[in-house]
Amino acid sequence: MTEPAIEMIGVDKFFGDFQVLKGIDLTVQRGEKVVICGPSGSGKSTVVRCINRLESHQAGTIRLNGETVTDSGAIRSDVGMVFQQFNLFPHLTVLENLTLGPIKALGLSRKEAEIRARKYLERVRIPEQADKKPSHLSGGQQQRVAIARSLCMEPQLMLFDEPTSALDPEMISEVLDVMTELALDGMTMVVVTHEMGFARKVADQMVFMDAGEIVESGTPAAFFDAPKSERCRLFLSQILKH
Amino acid sequence: MRLFVLFAALLALSACGSGQVWGWYVIDPRTAQGWTNVRFLISGMGATILLSVLAAAISMSVGLIVALPGLSDRRGWRLVNRVYVEFIRSIPLLPMLFWVFYGLPIIFRSFGLNIPIDAFWGAVITLAISDSAFTAEIYRAGIQSIARGQSEAAQTIGLNYWQTMRYVILPQALRRILPPLANQFIYIVKMSAFASVIGMQELTRRANELVVTEYRPLEIYSLLIVEYLVLVLIISFFVRWLERRMGSDERAA
Ligand SMILES: Nc1ncnc2c1ncn2[C@@H]1O[C@H](COP(=O)(O)OP(=O)(O)OP(=O)(O)O)[C@@H](O)[C@H]1O
Ligand SMILES: [Mg+2]
Repeated sequence: MTEPAIEMIGVDKFFGDFQVLKGIDLTVQRGEKVVICGPSGSGKSTVVRCINRLESHQAGTIRLNGETVTDSGAIRSDVGMVFQQFNLFPHLTVLENLTLGPIKALGLSRKEAEIRARKYLERVRIPEQADKKPSHLSGGQQQRVAIARSLCMEPQLMLFDEPTSALDPEMISEVLDVMTELALDGMTMVVVTHEMGFARKVADQMVFMDAGEIVESGTPAAFFDAPKSERCRLFLSQILKH
Repeated sequence: MRLFVLFAALLALSACGSGQVWGWYVIDPRTAQGWTNVRFLISGMGATILLSVLAAAISMSVGLIVALPGLSDRRGWRLVNRVYVEFIRSIPLLPMLFWVFYGLPIIFRSFGLNIPIDAFWGAVITLAISDSAFTAEIYRAGIQSIARGQSEAAQTIGLNYWQTMRYVILPQALRRILPPLANQFIYIVKMSAFASVIGMQELTRRANELVVTEYRPLEIYSLLIVEYLVLVLIISFFVRWLERRMGSDERAA
């Protein structure tokens, strides 16, 4: 049996005295797509950031491919991350944004890195924007560049923290389409999002968080049609209204 | 520029005030003696420039090294930064110059090291260290102004701390840091005048020596001020040009 891609067992996380995560248990198998939702401040971002070590945890265990991660360990470049605010490097061109990691961290030659970058730009459908600065692109295009930048590191696992929340409505679908394709290609994905259409279509597992806890998790069918907890039902009725 | 015009006007005004007050002959380049004097005064320019450039270069390097622990998440590292900055910032330049020039060699000797510190290096070290507390603060503020998301994004694509600084943070911070850093350089040029008191042959020292032999302080110090003014204006123009170049290159988000 292969190890799960992610295993979180009883993970606690504090900011000072404030407990942000309370005994988080979450298992993500290879190739599985998990969608996390929940009200603002419930700890969704913190879960994702603990997985790739942007945050440390204070108790419990986190394993990636069976390997326990530690605080001293470096941020893992085999875990891709896409942020709500894109976080593209504004002083570099799109192509340079994509080749920086492969050249500096993976040791590829510039030529190899550019071939790889153009391949993934093609994949997110903006090959023609390679030489522009990020500020000259639309929000949707910027987020697709950010996805391509992660893909250039050829990660085993991709984390998305509200990738469409900062976008104008008409640009959301172009980003979700790219993510859906990625899911169909078999990428292991953990996605924090309130895009429930996307979740229904793509998720293998839905996770609902509130106040630092996983309140409910299950298949999309069970989750959407028969939520067990009151809190979850309330949350769903609120976001599905819009 | 406006300052320059004002200054020139002031000079012209006082010059026509009374023939006895001013004795421009002492630096009149048309006379043999005046020309010799002018050349003597200007010959300190090279030393002032070299001193300032070296001190600024060292200050900018040391400042960066001091700024980095100030950005750490660890309190201990931040404390190192605070102590250095607060301590160095509170020492007046002149006492520090004396301490380095007269005191430091004694410490070196007590360790069995025979490192003489001449006026030039004494001044370079003092100016650089004294200024580094200010450049450290400039770097720290500039780097902090780059959003945290930038370094997080850099880390998620596998860059280590130094690569993140080198390729992501510093190039962006530099644009914001440049104007205050240029101010600091101008400050160093002006403060380099203190080197004259430990006998370094720079602009101010030359002026002092000429005043002693010619006894014409008004004219000689006036010329001295103009010399600094010209230096500072040249730096200002250069910085303005540099800012325009960097600004237009990176009209980013
Ligand atoms: N660096 C920090 N220091 C202190 N508290 C923090 C920090 N980061 C997050 N928090 C707090 O931790 C809690 C969970 O934050 P988190 O960002 O994980 O929530 P979230 O579910 O992602 O919310 P949102 O939907 O608003 O993004 C919030 O109450 C937040 O205020
Ligand atoms: Mg969040």
